[in-house]
Amino acid sequence: MEKCPEYVVHYMHAFLDGEITNKEQRLMNEHLKECEECRNTFEELEKTVILFEGVDGLGAPAGFVSGVTTKLPKQPVKKDPTRWLRQHPFMVAASLFLVLMSASLFSNFENEQQFSFTKQPNVIVEGQTVVVPAGETVVGDLVVKNGDLRIEGQVDGDVTVIRGTKYMASTAVITGSSEEIDEMFDWLWYKMKSMAKDIIPGIKEQKLENE
Amino acid sequence: MDELINKRIKEVLNGNQEAFEEIVIHFQHRLYHVCYRMLNNAAEAEDVAQEAFLRAYVNLESYDQKRKFSTWLYRIATNLCIDRIRKKKPDYYLDATVPGTEGLDMYSQIAQQQQLPEEEVVKMEMKDRVQYEVNRLPEKYRTIIILRYMEDLQLQEIADILEMPLGTVKTRVHRGREALRQQMGSM
Repeated sequence: MEKCPEYVVHYMHAFLDGEITNKEQRLMNEHLKECEECRNTFEELEKTVILFEGVDGLGAPAGFVSGVTTKLPKQPVKKDPTRWLRQHPFMVAASLFLVLMSASLFSNFENEQQFSFTKQPNVIVEGQTVVVPAGETVVGDLVVKNGDLRIEGQVDGDVTVIRGTKYMASTAVITGSSEEIDEMFDWLWYKMKSMAKDIIPGIKEQKLENE
Repeated sequence: MDELINKRIKEVLNGNQEAFEEIVIHFQHRLYHVCYRMLNNAAEAEDVAQEAFLRAYVNLESYDQKRKFSTWLYRIATNLCIDRIRKKKPDYYLDATVPGTEGLDMYSQIAQQQQLPEEEVVKMEMKDRVQYEVNRLPEKYRTIIILRYMEDLQLQEIADILEMPLGTVKTRVHRGREALRQQMGSM
């Protein structure tokens, strides 16, 4: 008798796993018709499977549940604070970024005590005060830090005074928006806005429309 | 059902210990059955299955709720069973000489627990025979055959429980099935 092809055994198992293809099954059946030995093997395998599948489930003994519940530790499941962090690496990175960024913003606010202002050709500086003289027109935004601003002429742009006071003469004209920043929060907001403006140039217009 | 279980798990995580009881009630029979088949001993099966629930409770935080809870629970239980089986193995050398005897080695001292004489086996009731044959399987086939046929789990789920590639599970099912066929040969 010639040796049985090896694939037949594979097909038998594929059949028992329910993963046999039609073609494989046809090949297997053809062989089983001719080969008594393989037919016996196959029948034994099937019988074995049926026997083991037919094993009755055993129920847990009475008192099993209370056996578990009485042994449960008294404290509720402890929260593991690191778990959330491990599951949300992106959030961790994002919040870490924010913390570091804001730290640098605050430190800027604390450290930048120097008087400074946007260099414009036609403004006058009197001590700690920047003056836009009457009749003059400043083209562009004007920012004054740690000092006062007195406007007698015209500013074609936004005016921002950080830690200082803005005095407006009756002749003053500001075509853009104007704000004074004193508090930490305002400072932060201003920084964020200017950052956003740098990133998205259109945001300034949108904000003005909203207001 | 899975939704209800997940709801209970969330309750337990929020500090409601009583919600865990429902989880135990739901899975107790399946878990006990696996342990019983693996260990072939009712008292040990109860012990290990309860331990599995306790471990699940204590480590519930580490359970990934996107996956099936039963898979996770089965994994804890089968690992505990395998540990228990390994511990039962004698940690002395079988060919060491028994003290006070002449040339008698440890082999002679082992109770014939695993291998019964043929005529005894044939007389067994079929359900005892099935259990006996499963326990004669090598451990790596035994777990898989129990999960596949006695627990009626899909191959993929078994692969998830044992954290093995699907291909390995298939091969072991085939080999385990073939081993059982040969063991049952004379029935």
